[in-house]
Amino acid sequence: MALKEGQFGELKVPLTWTAAVALIVAGIVAVALLVNDRRETLQNQAYGVTRQAVDTVAAPVSGAVAAPGRWTRSAVDWVGDYFFAVSENRKLKAELVEMRQWRDVALAQRDINERYRTLMGLRTDPPIPMVAARVISDSRGPYANTRLADAGRDKGVISGNPVMSEHGLIGRVVGVAGSISRVLLLTDTTSRTPVMIDRTNARSILTGDGGPNPRLEYLRGRDPVKEGDRIVTSGDGGVLPRGLPVGVAVKGMDGAWRVALFADSTPIDYVRILLFKDFGQLADQKGLSTTQLPTIDTEDPEARKVQTILGNVAPPSNAGTPPPAAVATTPPATPQSAPAAPRPPAPQPAAPATTPGTPQ
Amino acid sequence: MRRAAAGLNPVQWLAVPMLICIVAAILFAMPARAFGFQLPEPMWAIVPAFAWGVIRPSVLAPFALLVLGLFFDGFWGGPIGLWALALLIVYGVVIALRNILSGQAGLVTFAWYAGCTALAMGVGYVFMILGELGRPGPLSVFWQFLITVALYPAAHWLIERFEDQDVRFR
Repeated sequence: MALKEGQFGELKVPLTWTAAVALIVAGIVAVALLVNDRRETLQNQAYGVTRQAVDTVAAPVSGAVAAPGRWTRSAVDWVGDYFFAVSENRKLKAELVEMRQWRDVALAQRDINERYRTLMGLRTDPPIPMVAARVISDSRGPYANTRLADAGRDKGVISGNPVMSEHGLIGRVVGVAGSISRVLLLTDTTSRTPVMIDRTNARSILTGDGGPNPRLEYLRGRDPVKEGDRIVTSGDGGVLPRGLPVGVAVKGMDGAWRVALFADSTPIDYVRILLFKDFGQLADQKGLSTTQLPTIDTEDPEARKVQTILGNVAPPSNAGTPPPAAVATTPPATPQSAPAAPRPPAPQPAAPATTPGTPQ
Repeated sequence: MRRAAAGLNPVQWLAVPMLICIVAAILFAMPARAFGFQLPEPMWAIVPAFAWGVIRPSVLAPFALLVLGLFFDGFWGGPIGLWALALLIVYGVVIALRNILSGQAGLVTFAWYAGCTALAMGVGYVFMILGELGRPGPLSVFWQFLITVALYPAAHWLIERFEDQDVRFR
């Protein structure tokens, strides 16, 4: 008996149709979730409870999986250190000689900077506290370049905090759970980072595209960048501090300017999360939002009349009459008198000198 | 005949491949480098999305793919629903064309698999642009496409293992 003539031959069409219905329902759910996703924003609520739950569950599993890799790397490093100690020593000595010269230059520049700051009364950025974290998971696809770091809300990490490796900026925090945080890398397609070219101060937006070298977009001016220029964060927008090292400019195969990231030079296993707050967050919001206005300081109209119309005529004696109680008056003005404006405070020496944007 | 019809155990042909995909994704998300290169990151779930469609239509498979896609989106930190949608589209195309696909020679099936992988990547690419999330680099998309295509032997094995177990859909 042929199969299609059997009792199960009739089951084929209904099952296909129910499978199609199931496919449509699942597709609708996927589209609804996709449309409502706002992962790229800095809002805490956008990250969502679901993502936090996934990260919290994935953290111990990924941590356990990553441990053997970490041990292997340590063992390889140990063996490498043993066999290449002499050549490494020579290299370090040469670097030390060069660094000593740079140290003298840096000390001289620091001294000049401190004097300028004192003279100008500049308000410097406060030191930026930071927490160290270990990377336990790493995604590298074209649509997601993120990492999980094992420091979260319990260590004061919040969305938007910049994340650095030992060499430079790698991204920023986009999601935080109890003891875990999700770092959006500079290479992620949704990543946009305000940067500047250190040599020319030209501004640009570093735009990730899923590849290893993000693009420099919105460059202005004539020849604002050339091969090998150092790229640092500009601090525009207040999300990142100014001056964090990012990478060097390179010309891409597509002709666009791209950045070879400093953070790419070694494996990223440990990171520093800067607990950075921009000036907007540091300001005394309560003081700024107060509605109490200062007292009105007006001119005495009588005194003005005497001075402008009668010229040298002596002002009428009003010593016996008290000034109006509700209005705070100035003393009778004379043509030579200076306006009663408050003097600006004398420049104060800046409190502990810190390099803007430099983690302390 | 009854035994043949009920031959596909959902745990064997759905749950186990799902689990393997999840474990593989976790293993390959290890932050490790060898000789300066990172580990590749193929889209593991394309394998079951293609193979399940070829094996037979199923009510459970779309929901399994939805769960799998959401796991990858959450675990990799991408837009939630992106891979789920891409996998479901691949599954839908394979289901619609399974009469053409079944019984083909290995090379033809491989070509279809590569086409389905390209379709999934294309869905992600188009959504990223339409959603104004950014324009992924074609090179990075192509690289992930290549290493995902390299997983074809796994898809072939899955098809060979389960295709003949439910004779209603031969």
